[in-house]
Amino acid sequence: MALSLPAIMKTTAARLSALYLLLFALCAVLLVFYMTSLSARMLTAQTQETINDEVLGLARAYQRGGLPVLVRVVENRSRQPGANLYLIADANGQILTGNVQSLEPGVIETEGWTTEPFSYQRFGEGELDRLRSGATDQPAPQAGDNSTPQSTGEKGHNAIALVLRLPNQMIMLVGRDLGEPERFRAVISRALTLALGMMGLGGLLIWFFVGRAALKRIDSVSDASRRIMGGDLSGRLPVTGAGDEFDRLSENLNAMLARIAMLNEGLKQVSDNIAHDLKTPLTRLRNRAEATLAGRHKTEDYRQALEGTIAESDQLIKTFNAILMISRLEAGYSSEQTGPVDLAATVSDVVELYEPVAEEAGVTLEATVPDAFTINGNRELIGQALSNIVDNAIKYSTDAAETPKVRVALERAGSEIKLTVTDNGHGIPDDADRARATERFVRLEKSRSQPGSGLGLSLAKAIMTFHNGRLDLLPANPGLSVVMSFPLRETH
Amino acid sequence: MTAPQTSNEIAYNGSMKILVMEDDREAADYLQKAFAEAGHTAHVAGDGETGFALADAGDYDVMVVDRLMPRRDGLSVIAALRSRGNTTPVLILSALGEVDDRVTGLRAGGDDYLTKPYAFSELLARVEVLNRRAGARESETVYRVGDLELDRLSHSVKRAGREITLQPREFRLLEYLMRHAGQVVTRTMLLENVWDYHFDPQTNVIDVHVSRLRGKIEKGFDKPILHTIRGAGYMLKGG
Repeated sequence: MALSLPAIMKTTAARLSALYLLLFALCAVLLVFYMTSLSARMLTAQTQETINDEVLGLARAYQRGGLPVLVRVVENRSRQPGANLYLIADANGQILTGNVQSLEPGVIETEGWTTEPFSYQRFGEGELDRLRSGATDQPAPQAGDNSTPQSTGEKGHNAIALVLRLPNQMIMLVGRDLGEPERFRAVISRALTLALGMMGLGGLLIWFFVGRAALKRIDSVSDASRRIMGGDLSGRLPVTGAGDEFDRLSENLNAMLARIAMLNEGLKQVSDNIAHDLKTPLTRLRNRAEATLAGRHKTEDYRQALEGTIAESDQLIKTFNAILMISRLEAGYSSEQTGPVDLAATVSDVVELYEPVAEEAGVTLEATVPDAFTINGNRELIGQALSNIVDNAIKYSTDAAETPKVRVALERAGSEIKLTVTDNGHGIPDDADRARATERFVRLEKSRSQPGSGLGLSLAKAIMTFHNGRLDLLPANPGLSVVMSFPLRETH
Repeated sequence: MTAPQTSNEIAYNGSMKILVMEDDREAADYLQKAFAEAGHTAHVAGDGETGFALADAGDYDVMVVDRLMPRRDGLSVIAALRSRGNTTPVLILSALGEVDDRVTGLRAGGDDYLTKPYAFSELLARVEVLNRRAGARESETVYRVGDLELDRLSHSVKRAGREITLQPREFRLLEYLMRHAGQVVTRTMLLENVWDYHFDPQTNVIDVHVSRLRGKIEKGFDKPILHTIRGAGYMLKGG
């Protein structure tokens, strides 16, 4: 992927890496600061202690033999290798003895600890430097010569020192070179700078490998979703099997896609069915009107054709309403309210409503109903579902071998209330057919001769789903049992 | 069906002044023409505001109000009219068909509710029943149609002085038919008012109930009294 810098910075991985890098760097700088200042302070304290000890020894020497002894001791110590700095000057600042050839002006003027490191030059170093640089024309700086601070400042070393005034107004300086702490500080800074550099490099590597890997995964997800949006609804997002967040995300999105595909399939099926079931009568309607218009007819014929048209459109409206109702109930966005429904009374009502129809068809309609059975639901919907089922049972029991009979029973079974409608007709012997019977527009072969939209049981099923219940079709040998099961509690 | 008495003539007692609030021009024109053919006068308002103004000013027997209209919806027009003391019976027309939509409509002050698409015969029958309601037959304790007599207190039915025994539901069915004697009563109106259900039964269960009732009140009497109105419903009418 050839990306320009702004494009790279647009990626989350790059931005995150940059942010981490910045945070790390900030922490590292703080660490460097803290470490160096801490170690410097510790070394300074150690140095001061050494100087104090030194001064104590010198003070004892002075007490023992006065100035001469002190000068001797100082000269002695000055000559030792790696010695501290010693300097004795008169009251005017003229260096009398010690191993310091020159130092920054003003250092010995103030008594006590020097507040900041100062630069100095030991004996012998000045000449050496001059020889090295070849600057022979320049006069050697005099001891205590305060007029050449630059050269001493540049070419000397740094030190801290304790300046004391002797009782005879002479000045004594005891100091220690800072070379060691400085080196230490340098080592630490270098180490930390190196660490910083490594961290930067690490950040880049992290971005390159981790970030870019994540980026690639996201890009593949984007590609897959683009393909799906492009119309390939069977496409799914890639799952690597690593079980990480990306996989979980992809799995969830895939589950969502599967659900959408299912709904889509359902919708397609419904629209196919609607198209089929509405197209057939619509075509019939149109053909009848056309046939009536063609040729000359008697007024009575026109009347008959128009009446047929009206009856046909009424049936269409019924079918359409049923489809709409099923869809609403199944989609779960029906606004129908629920309340207490006396199931026993509803059963009695529906049985009473169908009793004359049953009698006319020569079917015995019986009901076993307890006194009262109240559930939470929608009376209108339950009544409609039951009436569809009873209607079916009466129609299909007429071909019974014995006396046609339909029994409606309401009873409590465990945590459910079961409302069973049983007929003794031929039933639906085939298990698969029975399972299919509640699907929309399914009209089993044998029932094709019967009038009806093929939506009665589907609507009953949708109504049961709305009530958190079930609709089961069971063989009754002979005949069919349609069982509406309502949960005892928490119905919608 | 036993001895169906069919008649294509529908008798109407008196013409009504109807206000139709419907924004669909074609549907409104059709209603106006159909009401005129049935012997009524219909005025049309194409939106809620006009409808409200007309209803507020005019003296209508019945109003037919579409629920969804421009400028002001049907329910709010009805509520506003009711709050101004207008008690004209209202039939609500709606494309929304769930039971709860019906409940909302009736709660807003509607007297009846019909879901689109509807048959004009159904609408006409309902509108005529609504008009008659102003005539308050409900307060009468004894209904009489021809030689048929129904006592609402003692639950007894007599025809030409002869006692007729009816089942409770048959009694309620006859009571409803007699309350609206001389008017067409549709099957859905019967299912709604006698059984309190609003769905469409797959089989014409109502017809069987009516034919049973007819057997009881006509058998042994020379004159038919319960007439089948083709394509519409039933009508109880004394000779």
